[in-house]
Amino acid sequence: MRALFREIAPAVDFCSLRVVNETSEELTVRQDVLQPLSTSVDRGAMVTVVHRGGSGYAATSDLSASGLKEAIARATRWAELSAGRSVVDYAKLDLPRPAGSYATPDAAPERSATRKELIDLLMRESTACRIDPRIVDWSASLWRVGTEQLYLTADGAEVSQQFRYLIPSLVVTASHNGDTQTRSLGGQYNGYCRQGGLEILDDAGFDGAGQRVAQQALELLAAPNCPSGKMDLLLMPEQMMLQIHESIGHPLELDRILGDERNFAGTSFVTLDMFGNYRYGSELLNVTYDPQRPHQFASYQWDDEGLRAERTFLIRNGILERPLGSATSQARAGMEGVANARAAGWNRAPIDRMANLNIEPGTSTLDDMIRSVERGVLMETNVSWSIDDSRNKFQFGCEYGHIIENGELKGLVKNPNYRGVSATFWRSLKAVGDESTFSVMGTPFCGKGEPSQVIRVGHASPACLFADIDVFGGE
Amino acid sequence: MMTEPMVQPMPMQQYFHDLAAFLDTCMQGRELYKFWLSAEESDFVRFNHSAIRQAGHVRQLYLTLHLLDGLRHANATITLAGDTSSDRALIECTVGQLRDQLPDLPEDPHLLVSTEVQSTEHVVPSRLPDTGAIVDQVLDAARGNDMVGILAAGPVYRGFANSYGQRNWQQTASFNLDWSLYHSKDKAVKSTYAGFDWDRTAFASRFGTAATQLELLQREPVTIKPGAYRAYLAPTALGEVLGMLNWGGLSEKSLRTMQSPLRRMRDEGLRLNTAVTLSENTAEGLAPAFQEDGFIKPGRLALIEQGRLVGSLVSPRTAKEYGIATNGANGSESASSLDLVAGNLALSRVLQELDTGVFISNLWYLNFSDRSNFRLTGMTRFACFWVENGEIKAPLNVMRFDDSLFRMLGDNLLALTDEREMLIDTDTYGARSTASMRLPGALVKDFVFVL
Repeated sequence: MRALFREIAPAVDFCSLRVVNETSEELTVRQDVLQPLSTSVDRGAMVTVVHRGGSGYAATSDLSASGLKEAIARATRWAELSAGRSVVDYAKLDLPRPAGSYATPDAAPERSATRKELIDLLMRESTACRIDPRIVDWSASLWRVGTEQLYLTADGAEVSQQFRYLIPSLVVTASHNGDTQTRSLGGQYNGYCRQGGLEILDDAGFDGAGQRVAQQALELLAAPNCPSGKMDLLLMPEQMMLQIHESIGHPLELDRILGDERNFAGTSFVTLDMFGNYRYGSELLNVTYDPQRPHQFASYQWDDEGLRAERTFLIRNGILERPLGSATSQARAGMEGVANARAAGWNRAPIDRMANLNIEPGTSTLDDMIRSVERGVLMETNVSWSIDDSRNKFQFGCEYGHIIENGELKGLVKNPNYRGVSATFWRSLKAVGDESTFSVMGTPFCGKGEPSQVIRVGHASPACLFADIDVFGGE
Repeated sequence: MMTEPMVQPMPMQQYFHDLAAFLDTCMQGRELYKFWLSAEESDFVRFNHSAIRQAGHVRQLYLTLHLLDGLRHANATITLAGDTSSDRALIECTVGQLRDQLPDLPEDPHLLVSTEVQSTEHVVPSRLPDTGAIVDQVLDAARGNDMVGILAAGPVYRGFANSYGQRNWQQTASFNLDWSLYHSKDKAVKSTYAGFDWDRTAFASRFGTAATQLELLQREPVTIKPGAYRAYLAPTALGEVLGMLNWGGLSEKSLRTMQSPLRRMRDEGLRLNTAVTLSENTAEGLAPAFQEDGFIKPGRLALIEQGRLVGSLVSPRTAKEYGIATNGANGSESASSLDLVAGNLALSRVLQELDTGVFISNLWYLNFSDRSNFRLTGMTRFACFWVENGEIKAPLNVMRFDDSLFRMLGDNLLALTDEREMLIDTDTYGARSTASMRLPGALVKDFVFVL
C-alpha cells in the first residue's frame, strides 16, 4: 500500500492516504438465547488532496490500484472545485508530517478466552438475571473490536496505530402493575467500554452482574418517584460522563464555535473571546483532554490528520483555557487547540471530536460529600439526555437515585431527573470526589457531523456534588 | 463550472446478480445463504458561512452475508471493492469463516427464514446533474447570506438475495440539500430541497422563501415564561415527536416486554385523539419494500386508527419468538415511511387558529423524561415565533418543553392541517437514509414549556 500510494500520488501541494481496517465481533445473549453471531471487516481508505488553496477527499472500499487512482482523481477534482471558495485557504495550513507507531498496551496478556467460553459467560449472566417473574427482558453482550490505521503522506510521513476495544453490556428490565424500570451495568449505552482485553470485565464487575442488576431493577419497581424541588445533587461517574460530554465537551468543540455544525449538531454558547478568562465553573473544576490514559476508550498518539496528541488542560481552576480544536480549526480561529481531528471510519472526513475528556479528581471522599448534604439526591447511570443546540439548557435523567437527608443516604427513588443551564451549572460545583470515587467510562456512540459520524469517546470522572439544582421525578 | 463525471457508474445491479450467482456455487450440503447489499456513490459537500467547508466523495459497498445450516447461523458484514472477480476470493473466505463458526453455535429457536420467493426490482435511472454544477448554484444563491449545511448527491443501492432464488433490488439516484440561513447566534431558518431531479427554478424559489423568512428573525426575540401554551407544530417539528415512536414505540418486541412508550395504549386501552390515524406507508415512501431478511413489507400497515393502537412492527425474529406473523419489519422494528392522515385545518388559517401562542417550526434533541407515560422533553430550534392575535410578533428564544405525547396528540390536539409535507430523512450515519415521513402540522393546546 505504501509503495503503491507513493507511486500513484499526484503532483499536488499535499496528498495523504488514511487506510482503516476494523474487525469486530458481537456476542449477545438475550433471555438465555444466543442472538445471531455477527462479525465484520470494515476496510477502506480515504485520500485527501490539498491543492492551490482547495481541499478535497475521496473514500473508497476498493483498495486496488485502480480504486485508489480513481479516489485520487476525485479528491483532486474536489480540491480544484473548492479552491478559492472554502472557509479557509488550505494552502496556508501547516499540515503535520508525523512518523511512528502506537498500539493499545496489553495489560493482561495472560487473559484469553475462546468465543465459546465467552458465549458461556454471557449465558451464565443471562441465566442469573431470571430471579423473579417481574423480570421481563434482559440481555448480556460483549463487543470486541480491533482497529488498524495507517496514515501516509505522499512526501514520506507515516504513522501506524493499532487499537483493541472491549465493550461489555448487561441490561435488565422489570415490569409490574403498569410500571417498567430498566437497570444496566454502566448504562444502556456501554459506559464500561475501554481499550484492552478481558481485564475490562473485572473492572466493570461483569462477573455476577446479572443477578445484581436484576435485583436493582426490582428494587426500582418498589421505589417511589424522585421528589421535585431545588436541592443538592450528587452525581456518580456513570452520570458525570454524560454531564461532561454534553455540557463541557460539545460546547468546547472549536468547529461548533466556528459554526460548522449550526445546521445539524448545533452551535455553542462559548465564543472565541471567552478563552483565557471565562469562568466556566467553580474553582474546583479541572478538565483535561487526555489521549494518554492508555486504557481509556479514545486514547491514541496521533489524530487522523497526523497531529501528535498529549494531555492538555482545557479548564483549570474553573477558568476556560483552550478549545477542542484540531489543526485546521486552530488555523481558522487563530488559537491553540488539541489533536482531535478524528473520523468515524475510512469513509468519513476528520472533524473536531472529544476523544478522552476527563474531570480531574478532587479531595472529597464520597462520605464527605454525602455528610455535607442536608437535602439532596444521589443519581447514577444516565438514561435520558437532551440539551439545546447551544449546549446550554439541558435535562438529564438517570436510572437510579438515592435520597440524601441530613448527611445520610436514605431510600431509593426511581425516575430521577434534573435540569439546568450549562453556563451556570458548573459554577454550582461545590465538591469534587477524590481518586476513590474516580471511574473511567466512555461511549461508542457520540454523533455529530455532516455527513454524520458516530465516534468513540472516553470520560473519566470522580463523583461531583452540585448545589441548588432543579430535580424532579416521573408522573 | 461544469465538469463531466470521470467514470461511468458501475453496473451495480449486474454486480449484485453476479454476487448471488457466485454464492449459489459456494454452498455445501444443506447450507443456505442470504445477503443484504448496501452501497452508495455519494458526493458530500459541507458549507459554512456560504463557503465550502469540506467536499468529497464516498464510494462504499457493504455486504452482510448470512450462512445458515438448519437452525444454526451466523453473519458477517464485509466491505467489497465492487469488482466481482476481485471480490470472489474475499467472499469465499468469508463463507469459510462463517462455516467454521457454526459448530460452536447452538440452534437458534427464533430463526425465521423467508422461503417464499418474491423478487422485486425498482430502478430509477440517475437524472442528476454533475454535483459541481449544483454547488455552483448553491454558492451563487448563498452569496450575501450566512448559509450552512450539506449537499448529498448520488446513487444509493439496496439489494437482497438468497439461496431460494429471491432477488430484490432498489436503485435510485437522489440529492438532498439540507441548509440553514442564519441571522445571528442561534436564530436561523432551516430548509431542505431533496428529490431525483434538480430544478434550478425550484431551488431558487425555496432559497428565496427561506431568505424571506429570515427577515422575521431580525425582530427583537422574546423569552416566554415556563408554562402551558397554545402551540402550532409545523410538520418538521411534529416529525421530531413522531420520530420518538422509533425508540421502541411501535416495536412488537418492546410492546411485549413492556418497554414501549405506547404500552399503555396496548395494555390499558389508552387512546389518542380520534384525528390521529398513522400508518407505515411503504407504497408511497422512499424506503425499499423489502427488508434485510428478504421479507416483503405490505404497501400500507395500519398502526394507529382514529387514536387507537391497532398494529405494530413485527420483525421475523419477534414473529418466531412469540408465534405470530411478521409484517416485514426490519430487525430494529422501526418505521421508515410513517404517514399521518391530514386533518381539516387550512394551512392558510394556522396563525388565526393559533391566535396567541407559539409557532414551532423545528424541535430538537428529544428524549424521554418518563418513558412509561410517553413523556418527552426537547428544545425548540431555528425559526420559532411568538404569535399574538394571529400575527407573528417576534422570534422566540429557545425553550425546553416537557410533555406527554398522550396529551399532545390526545385531548390537547385541536387540529391537524389539511396539507401534508413529505419529509425526506437527511440522516447520513454510516450511509444515506432512505426513510421519509408524510405529515401534517398540528395545533395543540397547553403545550408545556419548563425552562
